[in-house]
Amino acid sequence: MRSYVVRRLLALVPTLLFASLIVFVIVRLVPGSIIDMMLSQNDVGADKLSRDQLIQTLGLDRPMWEQYFRWIGSILLHGDLGRSLWQNTPVAELLRARLPITFQLGLMALIVALLIAIPIGIYSAIRQDTAGDYVTRSFSILMLAVPSFWMGTMVMVFPSIWWGWSPEVKFVAFTDDPLQNLRQMILPAVILGTALSAITMRLTRTMMLEVLRQDYIRTAWAKGLPEKLVVVRHALRNALIPVVTLIGLQAPILIGGAVIVEQIFVIPGMGLLLLDSISQRDYPIITGVSLVIGFSVMLINLAVDLSYGLLDPKVRYR
Amino acid sequence: MTLVTDIPVVPASRERSGVIHFLVRLFREKPLGAAGGVIFILFLLCGIFADFLAPYGMNQISPRNRLLPPSWAYPFGTDNLGRDMLSRCLYGAQISVIIAFTAATLATVVSVVIGILTGYLSGKVDLVTQRFVDAWMSFPDLIILLVVVSVLGPGLPQIIFTLGFLLGIAGSRIIRSAVVSVRENMYVHAAQSIGASTKRILWRHILPNIMPPIIVLLTTRVGTVILAESSLSFLGLGVPPPTPTWGGMLSGSGRTFMFQGPWLALAPGLCLTIVVYATNMFGDALRDLLDPRMRGSR
Repeated sequence: MRSYVVRRLLALVPTLLFASLIVFVIVRLVPGSIIDMMLSQNDVGADKLSRDQLIQTLGLDRPMWEQYFRWIGSILLHGDLGRSLWQNTPVAELLRARLPITFQLGLMALIVALLIAIPIGIYSAIRQDTAGDYVTRSFSILMLAVPSFWMGTMVMVFPSIWWGWSPEVKFVAFTDDPLQNLRQMILPAVILGTALSAITMRLTRTMMLEVLRQDYIRTAWAKGLPEKLVVVRHALRNALIPVVTLIGLQAPILIGGAVIVEQIFVIPGMGLLLLDSISQRDYPIITGVSLVIGFSVMLINLAVDLSYGLLDPKVRYR
Repeated sequence: MTLVTDIPVVPASRERSGVIHFLVRLFREKPLGAAGGVIFILFLLCGIFADFLAPYGMNQISPRNRLLPPSWAYPFGTDNLGRDMLSRCLYGAQISVIIAFTAATLATVVSVVIGILTGYLSGKVDLVTQRFVDAWMSFPDLIILLVVVSVLGPGLPQIIFTLGFLLGIAGSRIIRSAVVSVRENMYVHAAQSIGASTKRILWRHILPNIMPPIIVLLTTRVGTVILAESSLSFLGLGVPPPTPTWGGMLSGSGRTFMFQGPWLALAPGLCLTIVVYATNMFGDALRDLLDPRMRGSR
């Protein structure tokens, strides 16, 4: 097991380097005209920085490879992601404040998604081809097509028109007032979670159907075990393994969705930070946020792969 | 003389009857998917003929008719500037159709090129490319889109280009695995042993045999690109206003007026949901009929 973990961590290195290269190249595509745009758009910046200073701050006056090695070097050696162009705050500091909020939102959304997906997936598998199966399945496929920004918009608009109720937009941190924070986060989490639940539900159903046809399930029935035991103890545990992989694969969707939900509900997480920095063309923040997001997704996938051993006794790492 | 006539000639009509046979199967075995296909074709027609179908211009302002609820004259109501929502939704369909065709096609072409080359050639090129694809896929689509658009600026060509390459690289995995399974077939080895060039093998032997996953990939991409474009436009980084897009209509200035005219929030969102739902159903049905191995993917 340990050597497997070490090998996986080593295999992560080239992927991480590629990821940093991708972010670097995309952001460094900045054409010269954008520099002028930055100067003309942000009157705050124009006072502080001249054109040459700006180019120097962005490091655009040096050859591309040198820029990359300087940048990746300072990240690896000092954990330094650079400073915001306009506020001069270290990007790492901004991220430290925002990351936990998005993480909380993502985790809550995941819990919502699993709470919806797994029971319904099991139900529609053990009651295959009944009316209940059709209704729940059609609903989940429909949820796949409803864009979360539309759902979010409707949740903002209709309750306000009908009952004069609208969600709070002044964010309260979990550490300040946990109850108020949870009350605020639950709606965005539900919206993000329902979108996510559709695919998970479909896979849970498919896997359950497959597992329920196995011999050991017939044996369990033959022993006279009650349905609950057969389903939960014998079938579910085996059916859930691919579902766990899927959760790993959905991490990018979850984070992408968080950007939109954070924008709608004004939650100051990574997504809102990214959107704000894009509108201000604050490139060090854009680079930092996307890099951290990419790394997080890779680590989540690694964690998912490693969790196989716990879920599936058939899997042994060598 | 007789020798020539003995060679079985494949009549041109056989291919056509194959398509008809497929459609019959689609309608009989997958009615929901077929319905999705019909809706999808309607959506295409709406988009293509928006100029003829729309009762009003896309930005025709009529201050006297501001924020009118849906009626016979304005089936989807009017917005805060008195613009007809039905017309704007139809023109929004036009943008979505353009995106769907260009970006989904570009994405599929990119997937096929990368997938075939890495899958067939394998070795070091494949190894390095796969690590790159790993890294690429660890970024959420929306994040890469946002970052690229923040650099290139918002606009239709940028979105098409970015979406095409973004989804193209991610989708290359599916094509690659199809190529890997086709590569070891007897007819490929036969072609190799008689000295066929790599180009000929790829073009004449590999490509025709991976057509089912390619078609399925193309159809599933359509829904994805439509949603991606509308998300971007919703965030204000898509096709710039006043061009009507379904995502854009749900954000910006329209948003403040939704509380007075909730129909502003309904029409574009419904259009989007119905079209994406229909293409998903259609894509699923095609996948089940054409390529049963891919069932449960996505």
